[in-house]
Amino acid sequence: MPREGILVRNPYERISKEQVLQIHQAALEILRDPGMMCFNKQAADIFHSSGAEVTSVSPSDRSAWLVKIPEKLVIDALDTAPKTVKLGARNPDNILIMSGEEPRVYFISGSETNIWLDVDFPSYIKKSDPSTEIRVPEFHARRGTVADLCMSAHVCEHLETLDGYIRTVNIQDKDITEDNKDVNKFFASLNNTTKHVMSGLTSLKQLDNVINMAKLIVGGDEELRENPIISFITCLVKSPLQFVDDTTDTFIEICRRGLPIVVSSSPQAGTTAPMKEAGIMAQINAEVLAGITLGQLVNPGTPVLYGSVPVRARLDTLGDSYGSVETSQYNIDCVQMARFYKLPNYSTAGVCDTKTPGIQSSIERLFSQILVTLSGPQYLHCAYGLLDCNSVFCLLQAVIDDAHFQMIKFFLKPPQIDELNIAETLKQTREVVETPQKLYINYIRRIMRSGELSVPYPFEGDGDRDTVFEMAYNRMQEFLAKPVEHIDEAIAKKIFQNIPGLLPRLNVYEERRQ
Amino acid sequence: MSEDIIAALKENVIQGRQNQDDEGIEEDMAGTPGVLELTQAALEKNIPLEDIITQGLTAGMQVVGEKFSTKEYYIPDMLASAQAVGAAMDVLKPHLESSNVETKGKFAIVTVKGDIHDIGKNIVSILLKGAGYEVVDLGTDIPTEKIVEYVREEKPGYLGLSALLTTTMVAMGEIVEALKKNGLREQVKVLIGGAAVSNEYAEEIGADAYCVDGFEAVRVLDGFQKSRA
Ligand code: B12
Repeated sequence: MPREGILVRNPYERISKEQVLQIHQAALEILRDPGMMCFNKQAADIFHSSGAEVTSVSPSDRSAWLVKIPEKLVIDALDTAPKTVKLGARNPDNILIMSGEEPRVYFISGSETNIWLDVDFPSYIKKSDPSTEIRVPEFHARRGTVADLCMSAHVCEHLETLDGYIRTVNIQDKDITEDNKDVNKFFASLNNTTKHVMSGLTSLKQLDNVINMAKLIVGGDEELRENPIISFITCLVKSPLQFVDDTTDTFIEICRRGLPIVVSSSPQAGTTAPMKEAGIMAQINAEVLAGITLGQLVNPGTPVLYGSVPVRARLDTLGDSYGSVETSQYNIDCVQMARFYKLPNYSTAGVCDTKTPGIQSSIERLFSQILVTLSGPQYLHCAYGLLDCNSVFCLLQAVIDDAHFQMIKFFLKPPQIDELNIAETLKQTREVVETPQKLYINYIRRIMRSGELSVPYPFEGDGDRDTVFEMAYNRMQEFLAKPVEHIDEAIAKKIFQNIPGLLPRLNVYEERRQ
Repeated sequence: MSEDIIAALKENVIQGRQNQDDEGIEEDMAGTPGVLELTQAALEKNIPLEDIITQGLTAGMQVVGEKFSTKEYYIPDMLASAQAVGAAMDVLKPHLESSNVETKGKFAIVTVKGDIHDIGKNIVSILLKGAGYEVVDLGTDIPTEKIVEYVREEKPGYLGLSALLTTTMVAMGEIVEALKKNGLREQVKVLIGGAAVSNEYAEEIGADAYCVDGFEAVRVLDGFQKSRA
């Protein structure tokens, strides 16, 4: 049984059908003229041999091509791209099946942040009353390590609402290099969660090592195709409208191997995309369609997700503003575009602008978590623990986010209004009006124990003081103490024998022996 | 046999099953005798009233209270049990009157003039009845004279006043004054409650206690019982 996620009935739509068509047409127009600037030779060749108009332009010392993509290529690609994509998992109960036509949402962590935020609770004494001592949460930023990645995957394994894992932190240990980063980040993730693992690839040279690792885990080639426990995300397009050289190579190779892949674009309204909604939407749609078209030309039928990470620029820094209201608007528009193409959508929510957990972070993230979920994207990434516009990850925040998603999932349960319930109500009403107290309390007891009622906010303390951080911290410690199912010892042994570059300290069986 | 009935009585109080139609918490209880049927059976078997009350009803409520304080039970559970015990006490009442078993006394409760809020008052009633008090509900929006008259005629040991509005809580002070004027203040303990009032207000008007909720009302009244004994 795959994971259920949450089905959004009557998904929220921000733009009209007409506006969807307008964006679609504008994107096709953009792909025809000006077209895509392509810095990757393979891609230029593939487009050329498929009938696109490709002209060599060399703006600088690099080779570049202008690719004008005719509508037919795009339409054909949308035709061959699968409408349903399966993302496998070590534990078959954690498999995700996403259909572009069904607004069933899965909640996913991510992305690769450089900074890991630790928390502790030092105590302070009140100056005017030294008998009063309080503990105050303090957050400390530091560079992420592979041990952090293991810890985060471990906790994410236990977060009830979290359906799939994207590495939350960039591993920056001294012994991590470009040549061993991919195998270590995939292994650290796969070994600590039985949920689906998605990641970007740092070095194309590592692709086959990573894939071979996955094959060893599931038992072979065919098994991996059947249960793709790993998938990839590539930002082959840089806004505005440019195929970058190296990621496009990586993208092409992954497509050749037929593993699921996200074609993601992240334009920033105001800087790398037009400021207005119509503009950024036309552009991001063109960029994603260009990537999907390339992928389907490489390997028709290769499973892709329509990946959208549109953001608005902050005017004070010109950095990304994930917390801005417009960012949620763009994301919801993209969900609608993907649904129009019947492709599963990789969408973004839950990131905030602020640097530490607190009131601002709660408001910014919950705002987009609710709204974007209601629009029904299939794969909602970024949703757990991210702060400071995607630069900081805080595990404590991820635990708090899990509570948000429990509320959202509860909210989305289908209403139970039917003949049976109406009949029961009439019976109760007649009974209650005859009692002296006229209260329905007696009927609560069964419902109370049936799991049909939402639970109170899980980090609510007994007194008047806000205890969210302390209680979430305790919950996090409980999760860390609760074991996860690691890759089994024999397979781990094979992996360490056959896959070069793995750090010996990641071998939990060896570590235990010492 | 009589031990079985007493044990079943206690268990059904814990389950909050007033009669055989109630579901209780465990599965498959519906259809089996509830607190009412078991109390009847106990009377038929001539089980001493004292045993029915202390080993059956009160012992059951004791367990319910413990489950409530460990958060296994919620207020609706507490109320269901209290209601079941209250119903059993109604059945036992005539027998108690003709015996010399001591009761905890009569508690009259009312929402004062001008105020129609009664949810809190009703909950307090259920809990007190379940704790073994004879509860008389005088209703809502009741004029002061009527309350005084009731105290004079029926001589309840306790009078509970509920008010949820800052505009109606003043009636509580009037009631206390009227009781004094009529020479009735000494014979009745006055408890007040409701969102509008507080400990300070109770002191100000000369009430005997303010109770934040029904559970505190039980504690306060049981405390009066002890000091009386
Ligand atoms: C439900 C409610 C109503 C319902 C009442 C339904 C009913 N059957 O009772 C309705 C909608 C009818 C209603 C009407 C009004 N309401 Co109203 N209502 C409430 C509300 C939301 C909850 C009260 C409640 O039932 N709580 C749940 C019960 C379980 O709690 P409780 O009553 O406090 O009782 C517990 C304890 O206080 C204690 N207790 C209570 N009484 C007693 C007595 C004794 C002896 C003891 C020992 C203990 C005890 O034990 C109880 C159980 O634990 C309150 C808000 C609030 N914070 O209380 C407003 C509130 C009381 N209402 C308010 C108002 C203004 C009104 C109206 C005037 C509105 C209007 N403009 O029409 C009318 C009043 C009409 C009237 N003449 O009384 C205001 C009062 C403000 C003020 N001036 O003081 C409140 C505070 C809301 C607000 N913040 O504005 N209301």
